[in-house]
Amino acid sequence: MLEIKNLHASVEDKAILRGINLVVKPGEVHAIMGPNGSGKSTLASVIAGKEEYEVTEGEILLNNEDIDELAAEERAHKGVFLSFQYPIEIPGVSVTNFMKTAINETRKAKGLEEMPAKDMLKLIREKAELLEIDRKFLSRSLNEGFSGGEKKRNEIFQMAMLEPKLAILDETDSGLDIDALRIVANGVNKLKSKDNAVIVITHYQRLLEYIVPDFVHVLYDGRIVKSGGKELAHQLEEKGYDWIKEEVNA
Amino acid sequence: MELKEKLISSFLAFENHVDLDSPIHDVRTEAIKIFENQGFPTKKEEAWKYTSLNSILKHDYSVFPKHEKNIEYNDVKKYFIHEIDSYKIVFIDGKYSSHLSQTTHDGIDVCLMSAALNKPKYRLIIENYFNKIAPKDSLNSLNTAFSQEGAYIQIPKNKLVEKPIQVIHFSTGNEAALMNQPRNLIVVNENSHVQIIERHQSLTDNPVLTNSVTEIFANKRAIVDYYKIQNDNEHASLIDNTFINQKQESHCSIHTFSFGGKLTRNNLNFYQNGERIDSTLKGVTIIGKKQHVDHNTLVHHIEPNCESHQDYKGIFDDSSTGVFNGKVLVDKEAQKTNAFQSNNNILVSDKASINTKPQLEIFADDVKCSHGCTIGQLDESAMFYMRSRGIPEKEAKGLLMYAFSNNVLSSVKIPEIKQRITKIIATKLGVNIGFDL
Repeated sequence: MLEIKNLHASVEDKAILRGINLVVKPGEVHAIMGPNGSGKSTLASVIAGKEEYEVTEGEILLNNEDIDELAAEERAHKGVFLSFQYPIEIPGVSVTNFMKTAINETRKAKGLEEMPAKDMLKLIREKAELLEIDRKFLSRSLNEGFSGGEKKRNEIFQMAMLEPKLAILDETDSGLDIDALRIVANGVNKLKSKDNAVIVITHYQRLLEYIVPDFVHVLYDGRIVKSGGKELAHQLEEKGYDWIKEEVNA
Repeated sequence: MELKEKLISSFLAFENHVDLDSPIHDVRTEAIKIFENQGFPTKKEEAWKYTSLNSILKHDYSVFPKHEKNIEYNDVKKYFIHEIDSYKIVFIDGKYSSHLSQTTHDGIDVCLMSAALNKPKYRLIIENYFNKIAPKDSLNSLNTAFSQEGAYIQIPKNKLVEKPIQVIHFSTGNEAALMNQPRNLIVVNENSHVQIIERHQSLTDNPVLTNSVTEIFANKRAIVDYYKIQNDNEHASLIDNTFINQKQESHCSIHTFSFGGKLTRNNLNFYQNGERIDSTLKGVTIIGKKQHVDHNTLVHHIEPNCESHQDYKGIFDDSSTGVFNGKVLVDKEAQKTNAFQSNNNILVSDKASINTKPQLEIFADDVKCSHGCTIGQLDESAMFYMRSRGIPEKEAKGLLMYAFSNNVLSSVKIPEIKQRITKIIATKLGVNIGFDL
């Protein structure tokens, strides 16, 4: 599904990713962990197509297609989804209208007709229920005045609506209390299938109790310095990141 | 001959064929003297620092069109809010068009300024209200000197006027260049409620200059909702002078939607002569190419316990230019005033510009006044967020700009106007978004 080869990326001439290699197959859940400033969010943004980041070397293949030249929306149309660490507030656009536009634009890009209003409403209701989102919430302006937990739940609601092939969850657990964490994780697990893949970016092991990864990678200084199974996450939780840094620097 | 000289000599000719006994003959004569002394405003004047009239004054405008031209309703239907039943006062090249209009004298007066000026039964109203709140500056005086035609609306006490009133001025291009000077008088008495829609529309590419003056009197507890749709073509310029005198507990709102025209200047003044008055001034400006829109507002808080709300949004593309000059004046007696003003702008292109200047003069010590103005580009992080959800760049931009102007539309009370404006905005922004806000 996703193949990242020797990826180097920089922002304003500052190198942040320095040779990432990663292969994600359908049906897999990968966790990317690492200390602050290691490049986790940059990796997420580069895959999603944020223009400020410049890929200086290497390639990102999505289903064997190099997506480096594609705009963010074209990547989204091909099934890439990024759950933002800090979702953006958009006053004046309701959650419902935003989703309608996103879905219909994606359908348009695929040469499909707009989704009939009735089907759209049904889909919205169904997915809102999955994330335990109140209907009143859907007519509010997108993310405006939402609590941290509401914002993250709303991100996963959008993921549920768009049904991506590759979902990247960037620090989705930050700012969540335990109930919200459970709801969000439950939503992600229900959306998981043998045909899609999830990359969970997190600082802590907590979320991985709920969304169990097949692989855990440690990102440090722009490189994946260690990979392993879910037990690696436990190890990091216990021992912190210092031993990894020492190993790398040795 | 320069336009100023032409106007002055035309006035002399005009004076000879209008009724010298007219109740406003002296007013007109005095007015032309003021114009003669002051001439057209120039950029040397503070209030005109960012708006130059030079480019629109160079045409050889006809001041009194000689030929009448008819137009068919079906050809201009789209300029009306035709989805609703309404009264209509329609002018073609400055002349009243009875076949496009629907006026009334049934309990209310929705008719013509010419009738109000000439018929004895309106004499008292004219004496009491005509030219009583328009400041005696050069452009108002020019209009006063030539005032002949326009809308005259008089609503007696306790009337809820159920149908909105549309006032539309068409220019047909029958003249090589046309100057229009409509004069409107609107008197809304105690407890009455009226909704008015005003539009100026040129039907050809011939230059048109409109210098319009509207005086509105809202008496006790009256409610006036006024919508100005400024979406004219790029050869038409408009100087709109609108003055509102409010008495106690009245509510007046003016929404100005500026999308078209070559040069548009809105002089909008509110005078609060009473307590517990509410004044609302809102505007959406979306322009491009070399268009220019200037909003010059004044809210004069004269008595205590009143409110004013100003909210103007602007989106400027290409080499377009905008001006917002909003003055709030709070007299010493006007304690407990709540005055809010906000002006937010987005510059879509590097060549577009906006000059925004809030002016607060507060002489009372127990008031709440706030103002804020912003100038920015579209939020890049919001753009990426939307695009990452599959919304293409152009649509994302459109959606953000829609959202930006949305809260101004939210106070529009006639749904058909809201729909129409939304549609104009969509067309203007070149997007087709699959929903109405």
